[in-house]
Amino acid sequence: MPLFHARVQVSLRPSVLDPAGEATRAAAGRLGVEGVRRLRIGKAIEVDLEAADAETARAQLALLSDRLLANPVIEDWTLDLREAI
Amino acid sequence: MTIGIVVFPGSNCDRDVQWALEGCLGRPTRFLWHEERDLGAIEAVVLPGGFSYGDYLRCGAIARFAPLLEEVRRFAEAGGPVLGICNGFQVLTEMGLLPGALTRNRNLHFLCEPVQLEVRPGSCRWLGGYGEGERIQLPIAHGEGRYQVESEELCRLEGEGQVVLRYSQNPNGSVGDVAGLTNGAGNVLGLMPHPERACDPLTGGEDGRRLLAAVLG
Repeated sequence: MPLFHARVQVSLRPSVLDPAGEATRAAAGRLGVEGVRRLRIGKAIEVDLEAADAETARAQLALLSDRLLANPVIEDWTLDLREAI
Repeated sequence: MTIGIVVFPGSNCDRDVQWALEGCLGRPTRFLWHEERDLGAIEAVVLPGGFSYGDYLRCGAIARFAPLLEEVRRFAEAGGPVLGICNGFQVLTEMGLLPGALTRNRNLHFLCEPVQLEVRPGSCRWLGGYGEGERIQLPIAHGEGRYQVESEELCRLEGEGQVVLRYSQNPNGSVGDVAGLTNGAGNVLGLMPHPERACDPLTGGEDGRRLLAAVLG
């Protein structure tokens, strides 16, 4: 069965406060990096998945992302998918 | 009448809840391991505080898939009383038994202190022992207790009387000062403060006793 590599990017929804991101943004200034206007912290989750085809893999990863990797109440997710060579 | 206390790997308030119910209130309890599939003859379920499954991914996100929680869901949907304290509240939101989510405290601090709360019991079965608008004090101990929900949903929850506990002085940035929520039927309660740590005048006051005693008949 083909193997697929996926990278699921989970981000806080824009309406949700990100205090950890704000604290990191403040630290950027102390490092001397000026001009950081926005810094939001999310998660990147790498998944290797066996599936019959790309369409099936995408459906499985969508289920995984919606139901486990992200909480749709506070987070959005995007998916990068490619077949392993 | 026995009360079931759910134990996950990483739960750390399970024994406090047992002490409050048995030691302070004189009621039998039984620990329910997360891998069990049978609740047995119990009258109520408590999901205690702690760090279930290390809080990996998100607080409560992995606990939600524990085999026992399918039974807890059935129990709740059939009207059985379910109480989620702190991490237990986070689990209830991840399960979808209560709306919204608990996120990182606004000031990033782990907050461990007594807080003043206003109680609006409405039809919540766990809060029948409190007066409408009564002010009580319970301890909080959490890093991720900032309640988050979209504003339309918050309006709906407030309109339907589901916001049953509010902080008098919001410590963590929760929308609507939400400290505790009930479901539409009033049998499920989730709250960030710890009533089990306020059942004995020597350790934290007694304002939590009526909450834990509520479903004891």
